[in-house]
Amino acid sequence: MTNPDTDIAKLEDDFQKKVDAEIRIEPKDWMPEGYRKTLIRQMSQHAHSEIVGMLPEGNWLTRAPSLKRKAVLMAKIQDEGGHGLYLYSATETLGISRDEMYEQLHSGKAKYSSIFNYPTLNWADIGAIGWLVDGAAITNQIALCRCSYGPYARAMVKICKEESFHQRQGYEIMMTMARGTKEQREMAQDALNRWWWPSLMMFGPHDKNSNHSNQNMAWKIKRSSNDELRQRFIDATVPQAEYLGLTIPDDKLAWNEETQSYDWGEIDWDEFKNVVAGNGLCNRERLQARKDAHEGGKWVRDAALAYAQKKRKREALKTAAA
Amino acid sequence: MSVSVAEMTEQDQLFEYTVRLGDNCVILGQRLAEWCGKSPVLEEELALMNVGLDLLGQARMLLDYAGKVEGAGRDEDKLAFFRDAQAWRNLLLVEQPNGDFAKTMSRQLFFDCFQFLQYQKLSNSADTKLAEIATKSLKEITYHVRHSSDWVIRLGDGTEESHQRMQKAVDELWGYTPEMFDMDAVDEAMLKSGVGVDLKEIEPAWKKMVEGVLSEATLNFPELTWQVRGSKEGKHTEHLGYLLAEMQFLPRAYPDANW
Ligand SMILES: [Fe+2]
Ligand SMILES: [Fe+2]
Ligand SMILES: [Fe+2]
Repeated sequence: MTNPDTDIAKLEDDFQKKVDAEIRIEPKDWMPEGYRKTLIRQMSQHAHSEIVGMLPEGNWLTRAPSLKRKAVLMAKIQDEGGHGLYLYSATETLGISRDEMYEQLHSGKAKYSSIFNYPTLNWADIGAIGWLVDGAAITNQIALCRCSYGPYARAMVKICKEESFHQRQGYEIMMTMARGTKEQREMAQDALNRWWWPSLMMFGPHDKNSNHSNQNMAWKIKRSSNDELRQRFIDATVPQAEYLGLTIPDDKLAWNEETQSYDWGEIDWDEFKNVVAGNGLCNRERLQARKDAHEGGKWVRDAALAYAQKKRKREALKTAAA
Repeated sequence: MSVSVAEMTEQDQLFEYTVRLGDNCVILGQRLAEWCGKSPVLEEELALMNVGLDLLGQARMLLDYAGKVEGAGRDEDKLAFFRDAQAWRNLLLVEQPNGDFAKTMSRQLFFDCFQFLQYQKLSNSADTKLAEIATKSLKEITYHVRHSSDWVIRLGDGTEESHQRMQKAVDELWGYTPEMFDMDAVDEAMLKSGVGVDLKEIEPAWKKMVEGVLSEATLNFPELTWQVRGSKEGKHTEHLGYLLAEMQFLPRAYPDANW
């Protein structure tokens, strides 16, 4: 008889050795339950964010100000849907179905990125989302391309390419607005004012307040800390804002020669918690829109299923007769 | 056009003809954009946007060309965003609201089949630009036909509920379809010069295509109990005004801006 506790300890030890040696973990490999759970939580949240993230941008799809902008935005939103699809599939490799994930989203058990609880109020918001929100997402996701879990890492490599395209397109809208009429400049500044801080919040709590960080770093699910990534994003983005001639809404923002990076103010964590807790302007609308689409589409999915079954039966009869 | 066809130059006629083609694509593309985030299943969300993107692409080529034919300095966006309802030449069918997924698929099937047959002919147009656009678009439209046909069949031959919804959708839109084959003086002139398509000629093929899909879908081929027409003269249903109000608001509110 072997002792199951020592078995588990040995498995965990081997697992960690593999991770330390930068060997990718694949779906059929043994993994600690905590690793699996953490990945399901993080990856499904990421998938949900792609899907919910389609809504604030979709809000301007019918009002895009030129046919070209409309087409570009439609393609962008379609990309995000593709990311969602890709991430749901990658998450399914961990033993959870897409339906279960939807259920968790709709019941509030699973989260999505809180940034999408903010409203898109003018056209420049579409620029700001591409520039800042996709920009912050890329910063996070480039780090995730080296995640220890194979399917997630590979999904990130594929997705990152498209996200950087989105980021450039968003910046291009901002540029056009910032170089445009007085009203357009005002829209651009207004969008930056509203999206700047929520974008910084996308990196999560400060390292000192982050619950899961250490274990996730050891498992190489996470490769850089929240604060490192946030600083990287700020350092890359501030010169871009300057180039646009727009002002970042942070009066503490200043270049620091010594650290060769920007000093900046403090995130309003009360607001962050408040929005996560359900008090953002669009929390209810976002979730309701997802539920409506899913529940409203049930008869269509049922029909597709029923038709597929009928068809299979008919084909089976045909082969039997032949 | 306020001038009568007799007074129209060949250039006016080509402009009018091209705008009609382009307007169908703008309006239907806009309707599909309304589905964003509302699709019954994620895969279908992507498929609907694929179709929408194709239509927008076609719209841009056609309106860009129309603007050049006109030679009055109107580009695709001037044409799309600065015309009121009575100046639009899209078919009544494509401006009809999305309704449920069955209605959208029914609208799509009727239009896709029409567009497929029309562009097949148009790809041999004496106007090389229109021929080029039609040829280029035909591949996309072939996919659209398959996509909408598949759904109409699935829904028609799916569950009791989907069958009922699908039949209702087909019936509700049927009266908008005869208009697709109307030939007015512009069409006749374009046909004569080898540019345009004989719409009367493609009508039987359209009926056959649609009938084939409906029968596979176990749906009844509807009876024509009513029919409406008029889009070629700028007569529309009330739905178009709201669609345009939403679509055009931003460029109209800031006419000096570039976007
Ligand atoms: Fe994405
Ligand atoms: Fe993402
Ligand atoms: Fe993106």
